[in-house]
Amino acid sequence: MPTIESPGTEEVHPDVALVARAKEGDTAAFEQLVRQYERQIFRVAQHITQNREDAEDITQDAFLKAYEKLDQFQGNSKFSTWLVRIAVNESLMRLRKRKTSKTVSMDEDVQTEEGSIPRDFAEWRPNPEQLYNQAELGDILRKTIQGLPPGFRTVFTLRDIENLSTEETAEALGLSVPAVKSRLLRARLQLRERLSRYFRQKKEGQPA
Amino acid sequence: MNCTDLLSHLTDYFDDHLSKELREEVRSHTAECQHCKVVLNTTHQTIEVYKGNELYEISPELRERLHSAIMAKCSKKGSPC
Repeated sequence: MPTIESPGTEEVHPDVALVARAKEGDTAAFEQLVRQYERQIFRVAQHITQNREDAEDITQDAFLKAYEKLDQFQGNSKFSTWLVRIAVNESLMRLRKRKTSKTVSMDEDVQTEEGSIPRDFAEWRPNPEQLYNQAELGDILRKTIQGLPPGFRTVFTLRDIENLSTEETAEALGLSVPAVKSRLLRARLQLRERLSRYFRQKKEGQPA
Repeated sequence: MNCTDLLSHLTDYFDDHLSKELREEVRSHTAECQHCKVVLNTTHQTIEVYKGNELYEISPELRERLHSAIMAKCSKKGSPC
């Protein structure tokens, strides 16, 4: 028996209805969007700025901005991607303010290959989880990601921690897809290299 | 495929965006090249260890405080837009 396909079976993201209601003045609908994304926005802001107070301010500012500019959201992208873009811009602005002498943008550190060429070729054994307890591991991971240039850190955060697609990451950062891929590769390789200092298999006779 | 080629395909490899042929070339290169095998394994572990450990979990108290602050600021502005 042939299946009858009704038009418009394409899945509509549940946010679309919430955004539409919020645009009509339904504050409860907007509040639901806040509930859904406040944790993510806070995480993104803290990863980029590496500062808890800044992340708190940015989370508030990003949602307020989204609330004020909701009519500008056209629905060409996901609401969450649009929101992340606002939060990333706010975060980078914060970093720029903090480092007055140094520019912080998504374009910096593109030229440097430093740390992106693999030099450590030891396997990680035992697994990091077996080698360190959770608190120690958390410290190592935080310290290591802090050392990445902000542009790389941002791409890695969106792509590998927040699980945005490459296309969504490009959209949220105003970068091309090849630019995201190139930064992501360098971010991953630099993190790998730095983590190897902690996780590399110890040679026999070497203290752990 | 040489070591430099492998690195340039690494992102697509992890995202499963490589053609079957290129994937096979990666596999045969890493079967012979111990360094690239390690780089591939440990890069994969790097991604996984970050995915598996929440570094900046927000406490329920902070979340509530932030949430209230956001909604208070928004209601001051009136209706959205």
